[in-house]
Amino acid sequence: MVDDKKRTLHRALVDRVLHGEGRASPEQRSAAFTNAGLPEPLQALVDKVAAMSWKATDADVSAAKTAGSSEDEIFELVICAAVGQSTRQYEAALAALADAIGTGESG
Amino acid sequence: MRLGILDHGYGLGPKLLFQLIRLFSGHPAPDAAKITFYRPDFYGTRMKAFTQEAMRGPSAWSVGDRELMAAYVSRVNECPFCVAAHSTTAARAYQDERKVAAVLADLDSAPLPDGLRATMRMLGKLTAEGAVTAEDMRVVLSTGVSVQQIEDSLAVCFAFNTTDRLANAFGFELLSPEAFQAGAKYLLRRGYQ
Repeated sequence: MVDDKKRTLHRALVDRVLHGEGRASPEQRSAAFTNAGLPEPLQALVDKVAAMSWKATDADVSAAKTAGSSEDEIFELVICAAVGQSTRQYEAALAALADAIGTGESG
Repeated sequence: MRLGILDHGYGLGPKLLFQLIRLFSGHPAPDAAKITFYRPDFYGTRMKAFTQEAMRGPSAWSVGDRELMAAYVSRVNECPFCVAAHSTTAARAYQDERKVAAVLADLDSAPLPDGLRATMRMLGKLTAEGAVTAEDMRVVLSTGVSVQQIEDSLAVCFAFNTTDRLANAFGFELLSPEAFQAGAKYLLRRGYQ
């Protein structure tokens, strides 16, 4: 499949939030991105962002702060969770499209 | 917003910009715009580049079609801020509020071309269930939608699956209908960059 500009821009975004400089550690950002393995209450927050963001409340965010995360760390981890879930969906759909047109790869 | 840094953590440049927006538009800068200025090197700069390409870059889908997809995906994600922002922008792009309202009320009966309807149905399933099958894609292709159009629609879907989650998690504040109109006008004139 053609590697178009949008795919390149998407990869640049993912690479930056996961591997660039940040206040949360790369391990934490990676865990938020994959929605697995963060300590509570961060895991609960990240899971809501990924799976049912409309249920996120003030209490979810303040619980993360009370447990010791800074606002900048929360900012980064919420972004990683959102980009991670959206990326899984994007890649799954591109793979389904590749299947449908018989190229057999997600590109 | 739920993080103080996203209300008050900006440098002088963005602060001045937000004041100018308020001065010239008569409305506060929308939270969706504001967060792209918070530590833009972490997220905002690259997300804006992606969103601009998805929403305003070359595509066989019109700007109105892509704004409509954004509104629909946001509805599936139950994101009131983004539904309002992008249904207003789609209505303005199409010059047709009723069409947009009909799509958000019931995609199946809305007055849309088969290809756009099938594409939106696929995006809705992807957004709600997190996955689609090759068969779902074949259904869209059978309506005459091209492979490139499907890829283009998936980029719109990525942008709003991400933005909707941030809007819901950070608590973007809803604006007045007049402010959403002003935002729509801006998005049609200047895009997302």
